[in-house]
Parts: sequence; C-alpha cells; structure tokens
Amino acid sequence: MAAIADTSGEVLRAEEGSLYPALYRMEEAGWIRAEWIKKDTGRRARIYELTAAGKKQLGAEESRWQSVSLAINRVLREA
Amino acid sequence: MSLWSRISNAVRGERLNREIAEELQSHIEEAIASGRDPDEARRAFGSILRQREASHTIRVAGWLESLLADVSFGWRQLCRNKITSAAAVLSLAIGIGSCVAAFRLIDALLWRPLPISGSSKLYVLSRQMTGLYGKPIEDGYWATPNFKLMRDAVKDQADLIAISDAERMDITWSGDRAGNDDIEKAHVVYVSGNMFPLFGLEPALGRLLIPADDRGPGAGPYAVLSWDYWNHRFGRDPNVLGHSLHIGDQTLEIIGVAPSDFTGTEKGTVTDIFLPLSMNSMATEDRADWHRIFLMLKTGVNPATALEPMRQHLSAVNRAFGSACSTCYRGDTKADIERFLNQKLVFHPAGAGISELQKDYRRLLGVLGLMVALVLLIACVNVANMMTAQAAARAQEMALRISIGAGRRRLVQLILSQSALLALLASVLGAIFAAWSAPFVLSLINPRDNPARLDLPADWRVLLFGFGLILLVVLLLGLLPALRASAVRPVAALKGGEDPHSPRRLMRGAIALQVAFCFLVLFLSSLFVASFQRLENRPLGFSTDRLLLLEAVAGQRQLPVVWNQTAEALRAAPGVNSVAISGWPLLGRIRINSDVSIIGAPPSPTPAWFLNVSPGWLSTMKIPLVSGRDFRPEDTSPGAAIVNETFAETFFPGQDPIGHTFERGANQPINKILAVIPDVPYDDLREPNRAVFYVPFDEIDGKSTPKAVDFATFTIHTDAQDPLALAGSLRQLIAQRHNGLRVSNITTQLDLVRDQTIRERLLAMLAGFFAVVALFLAGIGLYAVLNYSVLQRRREIGIRMAIGSTRTSIVHLVTLDVLPIVALGGCAGGALGFGAARYVASLFYQVKATDTDMIALPTGAILLTALIATLPAVLRALRTDPTEILRNG
Repeated sequence: MAAIADTSGEVLRAEEGSLYPALYRMEEAGWIRAEWIKKDTGRRARIYELTAAGKKQLGAEESRWQSVSLAINRVLREA
Repeated sequence: MSLWSRISNAVRGERLNREIAEELQSHIEEAIASGRDPDEARRAFGSILRQREASHTIRVAGWLESLLADVSFGWRQLCRNKITSAAAVLSLAIGIGSCVAAFRLIDALLWRPLPISGSSKLYVLSRQMTGLYGKPIEDGYWATPNFKLMRDAVKDQADLIAISDAERMDITWSGDRAGNDDIEKAHVVYVSGNMFPLFGLEPALGRLLIPADDRGPGAGPYAVLSWDYWNHRFGRDPNVLGHSLHIGDQTLEIIGVAPSDFTGTEKGTVTDIFLPLSMNSMATEDRADWHRIFLMLKTGVNPATALEPMRQHLSAVNRAFGSACSTCYRGDTKADIERFLNQKLVFHPAGAGISELQKDYRRLLGVLGLMVALVLLIACVNVANMMTAQAAARAQEMALRISIGAGRRRLVQLILSQSALLALLASVLGAIFAAWSAPFVLSLINPRDNPARLDLPADWRVLLFGFGLILLVVLLLGLLPALRASAVRPVAALKGGEDPHSPRRLMRGAIALQVAFCFLVLFLSSLFVASFQRLENRPLGFSTDRLLLLEAVAGQRQLPVVWNQTAEALRAAPGVNSVAISGWPLLGRIRINSDVSIIGAPPSPTPAWFLNVSPGWLSTMKIPLVSGRDFRPEDTSPGAAIVNETFAETFFPGQDPIGHTFERGANQPINKILAVIPDVPYDDLREPNRAVFYVPFDEIDGKSTPKAVDFATFTIHTDAQDPLALAGSLRQLIAQRHNGLRVSNITTQLDLVRDQTIRERLLAMLAGFFAVVALFLAGIGLYAVLNYSVLQRRREIGIRMAIGSTRTSIVHLVTLDVLPIVALGGCAGGALGFGAARYVASLFYQVKATDTDMIALPTGAILLTALIATLPAVLRALRTDPTEILRNG
C-alpha cells in the first residue's frame, strides 16, 4: 500500500486493510494462491503468489487497461 | 477450488474468522516491527472489524452459513420439546413409510415397465363380448390357430407374440442331476418362438428359444429356464444345459437360461420354465382359448394411426376364424352364434406386463394408496398444527428478528429448515418401515404354497418418489407457519400480541380437514372389515373339519377301478376315518360348466356346473341330503346325477326333480336325478349360488366301457385334529402302490376356504391398521389444539369465572369451540366416503355404503375420540384459578 501511494505520488491512496478483501477475492477466483509460512521472527504470515491463471488474467487486464486509457487519452486530446 | 472452499469454510466459520484475524494482525505487527508508528500503522490499516467482515463474506458461501445456523437452531428447537418432536417424527415416519411401501407395491405390480426392449410399443389384445347371463365380459385368451392367422395378417406393421399364463405344473427331472424321480411343481409358460428375439433378450447361458423351435407340434422339445429358477433350483450350475425334464409324457431338453431380470410378462408370478408354444397339445386346437396375444409395433410405426386399422383388420380375421369353426356351435341357435361372434377387439398397453394379479389387486392397491396418503396428510396436519402453535408462541421472537433487520426470506428459511429436519428424521425411520412392510404385505398376497412374487427394488424410481414426498411434506408442514411467522407485524407483536384468534382459526380449519380424512379412512375400513367378516362367516353348507385333500395325477390315465382301489387302501390306513374321491375339490378354483337340456330340448341359455364324486363323498364332506339317496358303487356317469337346490329351481321349477332326467347337451345320454342336496359354494365364496349337478366318479363311454381318469382328489376325513399330520404317510402309501397314481398337491379343505378370503383379509387388516393410526393421530391433533386454545384463553376463562360464570358455561365455551368443526369435518368425510365407496364397490361383499351401521361405526368412533381428546382441555379449563389469573395476568 505504501508502495502504491509512493509510486503514484500519493494520488492513489487506500486503507491498507482493504488489501485483504481484494486478495481473498482474487484467491477465490484462482488468480493467486496463498500459504502460511513461519517467519524467522517466529510469527506466522500468509504469502501470496500469482498462479498461471493469475498471470494470464494480469496480462488481459493490463492490455485492457492500456487500450482503455489510450482511448480516453485520445478522446481527451481530440477535445 | 472456489465453491468447494467457500462451502467448507462455511462449515468451519469460527476457525476461518480466527485465521483472517490472525493474518490482519500479523500485517499490523509486521508494519510496527518494520519501524512504523503503531498508531499510524493502525490508522492506515483502517477498521479491522470491517475488513474482517468483508473478508469473511468473500471467503464463505453465505447462504450455506445461514442455513447451517438455521438448521442447528431448528435442531435446538426440536430438542426443547422432545416428546412432541418424537411424536411428530414417529407419526410422519408411519405416514411416509406407508406411502413409500404402497408406492413400491403399486409401481412394481402396475407401472414398472418390463425389462425388455420396446416395452412402450407392447400391447395386449383382448376382446369384449357378451358372456353368460348377458353380462359384458372381456376375454384375453386366444386359440393358437387363430393367433397364427392374425400374426400373418398384420406382419408388415407389427409382430404378434403368444404367451400363456404361468401354470403350476408337475415336472420331474431325469438323469444324475435330480437323482430321484420325485415330482415337483414349477411355473411353466408357453411362448411363441419370436418372443425372446422380439423382446431383445440375451441368454445368461446357452441359447434362448427362436422361431425355428416353434415350427410345429413336437418340433422343439426344448426348455429355457428363468435365471431365478436356475439360481434356486440348480445353484447356477452351468452344467444344467443338456439335461432333460419331463412334463406328462413329454421330455424336454434344457438349452439355456434367460437373463436375470426377465421373470416373464405375468407380473406377480416368476416364471420357472419357458417352453415353445407348439409343445402344448392345445396349440393345434381351434376351440382352446389358452394363451394371451401381445402385439409389438415395428419400429417407425405410429401407434396413433396404425392401431385402429390394425384392430379392424384383426377383427375381420378373428370373425372369419370364428365363423369357420364347424365344431364350435353344435346345437346353438343362430342368435347365440351371432352373439358369440359379435366380438370387439381392443388393445391395451402392456409395457408393464399383464396378469390376473394386476386385475384382482388394482382396486385394492388404489384404496391402499388413498388410505396411506390420507394418513400422511393427517400426520402432516398434526405436525403443522404443532408448529403453528410453536410459531405463535415465538411471535415476539420473530417480531424482534424482523425489527433488527432479518429478511422475510430468512425467516421462512428458519422455519422451513425446522420442518425439513423433522421430515428427514421421519423419512429415515419411514424408509426402514417401508423396507420391511412392502415385502411383508406382498407375502400376504396369494396362498402360502404359491405366494405372489414381485421384484421390489429400491432404485431411482423409489428414491425419486421418496424425495418428492419429503419435499411435499416439508412444504405442507412448514410453508403455512413460515408465511404466518414472516407476516408478523413487529410493532403489534412487540406491544403484546395482535389478533390472538388468528392461529386458532387456522388450527381449527386444520382440525376439520383432519376429521374429514379420518372419517373417510374409518368409513372405508369399516366397510372392508365388515365385508371380510361376512365373507368369512358365510355359511358353507359343508364341513371343513379334519379334511385332508390329496390331489393326485396319473401320467398315463388310469381306470376308475384303480382310483377306487387306492381309496380303499387309504381307508384301511390308521387314523383315517373316511375317504372319498372327487374330480377336484370344492373351492379349488376349478369350475367347468356343461350344457343342460331337458328331454331332448335345445340346451338351456344358462349352463350348469358339475363335479364328479364317488359314493360317500357327500357324507365325508358332511353335506346332508334334502331328499333322495347318495350314489352307490354301481351308479355311473352318464346315468345318475345328484343336483343342488338351485339346479332344481332353475330346471324343474315347482316340481320334485327326483326321478326326472336331463342330458348334458343335445343328443347326449340321459341322467336320472337321484337326490337333491343344499347349495354349497362351488368354486368361489363370493359368487351367488350356481346350479350344480354331481355325477358319479365312475364314467363310461357310449359302449359302456369305463373311462380312464388322469387327475382327481382324494378327500380324507382324519381322526386327528390336524389332517396334515397324516399327509406324509398317506402320500407314501399311494406311491408304494406303484399303480401310476402320484400325489401332486397336498392341502386341506380349511386352507382352500381360507385362500378364498386372502384379498379381503389383507384389505381388512391393512384398513384396520390405518384406521387405528388415523383415529389416534386425529385424537392427538384435537387434543393439542384444544389444549393450546385453553392455554391461550386462560385469562378470558379466569375473568369469566371471576364474574360468576358457571362450570357448565365454561365447558360449553371450550367444547362448542370444536364440536361444529368436528361435525363439519365428519360430514365432509362422509361425502368423500360415499364417492370413494362407489369406486371400490367391487371389493365389498354384502355390504353397502348406505348401511346404517357402516355410517354409525365411524361416527361413533370419531365422537368417542373427540370426547376423550376434549376431556383434558375441559379439565384444565375448569381447574383455572381466577384469583391467580387476575393477580398475575
């Protein structure tokens, strides 16, 4: 979340906690998978990684976003 | 993974919550550990509770979770009222179990298609005609030559198949297999050679009969065993092929075994042996109508358009065959012949097989189905009432749930899940009950030595019916209370109750319904029980005490003298009181009629029935003489006869028949009447008395030579109470004489009489059982409703008592509440009962729906039950303590 905020120059801000419902939704959709690991601090943590379906979905979403934003940009420039 | 994980998460909801909480917590702790300010980290994270809720709903199948919660809540509700819940489950279980058992029987006997290919294209051919006494009859049996003509006539569009009914025949096995020559019984069916191929059946072993086996008389001395017979008689020994069996003087070789699920086309009987049609000596006779004709449409032939032309074509062939029969109508008038030839052919769908059992038990099973459905409805009404009362008691809880935001759908689900729990518990018990009761009822059909046999599989048909039934029950039970509960207006309910009468109105309607159903069940069962009692107590006119019947056969016919000598030997055996011979036993389901003509006149329009009996048969049967004398050894047939009173009245009205003569048809020898005896039932207890004449067992032909006899029955009066005790030794005695006679069946006269009332006994027993259950359930229902209403009106009653109401008026208050309801229900039930009785009148014996005692009995029973059910409520009302009510409210 901090990374998102930093990269976007504080334009995109969200509650950190809202990450989790999003993660769970993606997990239910089968785009990411999760497992519990034990950290060296002794605490349990859940780590997520992209599945093959997730990578495909990411690619699809990315290209869709590209085309949409491109289209919007073009429309804005025309105007 | 997704749906499954959400379902499994729903089951472990608490653990999931902990897991999510742990993950969120670890996120924050990680942030703090990485050096961020704890407060800032928490603020940036947002509300933990909200995120957790949001996460939870994503990861869980919400509908399932709420359902589980409702089910466990419903379970706790049921556990809170253990006794009522147990009663509800038990009564529903009896209802559901009986319904499923009845369905299994009805389906197996009447609906289930035969395990053959093309069962939907199979029809059976029968003819409607005018029978004796001008009664319309439908006959399904045909002569083989006629069958062959008809088969050829429609061969382009359909195949005709001839199949005889199963006959219990005496067979013997030869060779090392059986080891001995003991005679045994087997169900033998004669089939045309095209049956197995057309039905698409594959042999379990060897080969099946083919058209070539059925070419002509004696051309195919082959037998196919049914799988069932192969299994229980030969233990599935594959070496059975090639062995031979004997029927009469025929020897037949076993060539194969039929597939395991095919037991023949006659539902209720399992065929043991299939033989080619042409192996039966009747197959060449024009006059012997002995087998059924099935019609299998060829592929692509549309029954809607093809059947009617085919029927007309077959009618023409049949009529031509009938007219061409030269020997059929000796001495008949032209009108008689025309009446006989005037036959209307009809097709009936026969995909579910065809049998006499179906005909005899269709109505009975219909009644049974009606009664079990009514009992289930009564049980449902009871339980629905119970749930309505509970729902009314929970009106405040419901109102509270609605006020804090529960959807109505959720409330309906809450109550339906409780009724589903009840129904599921009940269906488990019901399934056990059905698994036991259906075979039990089946075992009561038919005589003990020849029980009805039906496949009663618990397959998808039964399961589907069961699930449908459970669904229906759940809806019946739960829907009304659920809708009521969800219609609660929270404001009114929370204030202290809205209309207090509304649940009672509903429950009283239910009581009326219950009483109506109960009256219907009681009414029908009293009719059936009375029918059975009257049939059972019908005066017989002969004694059944200590009468052993040995039905004997002679493979090669034997002269009467051989039979008489055997009777003499039996007479000398210890423990034997007297012995006589008759052609067949009374009430043995055999009847043979004969024309009667008086002094050369044409035969009378009504025939008479006859029986050959030896001298002394009348005294052995304890049939008294009205006048005249018994046969003597020198009397022969034709020559002498004894007639019953109906015969005398029919053929010699107003005269003393003794000394008169009659002939058995035109131009036949005369018989002189020696005596008159009272009417005794001849072949059927239910039939009115027939005109019967008895002729001597010793028969002679035109040249006074004695005629050989191939079967007869020794009637033996024993000293011992149980006549069957002697059966073994007497059978041995006959076998040891080696005179060609063999005992083929052993029974007693008492058993023959009992076998006559099997259907009535079964119906009376079942109807009685369901009547008791219905009455009991209705009583409980009435009691519960009254009790509830008194509890509800406690305050009103208290106040009435306080202001001086007498005890009588309190009793009135409580009872007048229900009496009109009971009366209304009773009347409705009576109306239904008259309607139903018309449909089943053929099952009654000498009772009518309009008999006073038939109406009085159920009325009395219901009134008595109502009285008993009302009593506790009345007492509770009377015990109301006004001071306590007024003090505590």
